Amino acid sequence: MDNDELYQQVILDHNRHPRNFREISPCSCQAEGYNPLCGDHLNVYVRLSQEGIVEEVAFQGDGCAISKASASMMTAAMQGKTVEEARALCAEFHSLITKELDPGKETHHLGKLTVFSGIWKYPSRVKCAILPWHTLKGALDNKPTVSTE
Amino acid sequence: MLDIQKVRRDFPNLRTRTRDDKPLVYFDNAATTFKPCQVISLTHSHYCHRTANIHRGVHYLSEEATAQYESTREKVRRFLNAASLSEIIFTKGATEAINLVAYSWGRTFLKPGDEIIISGMEHHSNIVPWQMVREATGCVIRVIPLTDKGELCLDEYRRLLGPRTKLVSVVHVSNSLGTVNPVREMAKDAHAVGALFMLDAAQGIAHEPIDVQAWDIDFLAFSGHKLYGPTGVGVLYGKEKLLEAMPPYQGGGDMILSVTFDQVIYNRLPHKFEAGTPNVAGVIGMGAAIDYVRTLGWEDIISWKKSLVEYGTRVLTAVPGLRMIGTADNKTPVFSFLLGEIHPHDIGTLLDREGVAIRTGHHCTQPVMKRYGIPATARASLAFYNTKEELDVLATALRKVIEVFK
Ligand SMILES: Cc1ncc(COP(=O)(O)O)c(C=O)c1O
Repeated sequence: MDNDELYQQVILDHNRHPRNFREISPCSCQAEGYNPLCGDHLNVYVRLSQEGIVEEVAFQGDGCAISKASASMMTAAMQGKTVEEARALCAEFHSLITKELDPGKETHHLGKLTVFSGIWKYPSRVKCAILPWHTLKGALDNKPTVSTE
Repeated sequence: MLDIQKVRRDFPNLRTRTRDDKPLVYFDNAATTFKPCQVISLTHSHYCHRTANIHRGVHYLSEEATAQYESTREKVRRFLNAASLSEIIFTKGATEAINLVAYSWGRTFLKPGDEIIISGMEHHSNIVPWQMVREATGCVIRVIPLTDKGELCLDEYRRLLGPRTKLVSVVHVSNSLGTVNPVREMAKDAHAVGALFMLDAAQGIAHEPIDVQAWDIDFLAFSGHKLYGPTGVGVLYGKEKLLEAMPPYQGGGDMILSVTFDQVIYNRLPHKFEAGTPNVAGVIGMGAAIDYVRTLGWEDIISWKKSLVEYGTRVLTAVPGLRMIGTADNKTPVFSFLLGEIHPHDIGTLLDREGVAIRTGHHCTQPVMKRYGIPATARASLAFYNTKEELDVLATALRKVIEVFK
């Protein structure tokens, strides 16, 4: 398992010590995400400032290392973004993990999130990585429940 | 004794190399089994030399294909020791067989308040069809609970049985726990209150010889692909007098004797339940699978699998932090487990990197997961062609998984 592209240190670290792993109460919006295939679920909470800036994103739930690390890194990446920027980052992440965006060649705002760039090689795991992002988008769009199916 | 190396040569898929040229360890047999050359070559030769529709041609090929198709019915009859060929209905799998009974028998004979008993370890395919019948008829579903070891609470089963019970439908061998249920006894208990007894033998069919007459089974369902045969084909067995009284499940060609716009006369059994062109090659391939199992002999298969249960339990429970889900006294080599706090998905992906194919998730048995308060398990399910060395590979790979997450 040396050199494994999926379970890199960053991912293992976020799995072990997830950032912003808590509830925000009261929050500006929240959503529950569910992957019926594996039973994973999580809640994503968002606090926005009056100007519409993302002040805080947090999450809680059960999931594999991939979904937990993805959620953890997402909450960190969202801080300080406008809602529009947050939506744009969700879209970029989606393009990254479906191999539509090549982080080596194209400009992007993904930063450390590029550790997920190899995940398209594991089709069964793409949904694990995307679930927190779909859920965040659901929260911003006022859709209280989100499913990956 | 089973000559395991010789047997393995019959299954070309066992020679697959996976990622990084690692030899495949295939431990996902509860999902589907590999097919021996005998099955592959008969299916192949059907498509090469015997392609024809059945029951309707006057030409040579059609007659040949029909004969092979119908001779498989006889093979299945003998395999289950059914009383008559009319009792063997080809379906596309266990799921369709259960749906056939639920739809045709259930909707015809169940009334509001009538009770069906299933168990807490059913596959979704033996839950959802009955929920659909409940919608349609107002019948009630009762569920036999599970013990901590993953066995059925038989006392509770007997308490559930009563004058309102019309059908008991339970799994023979659990795909997620490996438990082998005492179905002969359970059938007796069901009949004592006048209920019918249906067996989901999707896994059980590869576990031990089934005798539907001696066991007094009313309906039985299985799939060819879990018995080393092709996908997309399976069997419903039903006692003739029950099938006679049931209306057809689907309408179409082959299931009729005559059709006018005013009237239709249904064909006799078993054709009444086989509307449309069936999976001819699949049925024939399933026949070859049955021949294969009979030639190997049940005794050797059973004793080898028993030693795999013992060895697997030993080497896996020695892995630090491994918690086995399903430790019934009578079980098949199906090992459902958790590993510390590591999510089963991660275990599955990391084992895949080592060439070990397992399944992770709820295994289409969500109520079982709920019963044990877990979202999912990792499951290694073995067939008779698996070896103790392969179990060692799994145990070593699991220790590596622990290292990654340390
Ligand atoms: C116990 C059990 N019942 C029913 C089924 C359904 O079989 P199929 O999908 O072949 O129809 C399965 C398959 O996983 C099973 O394990």
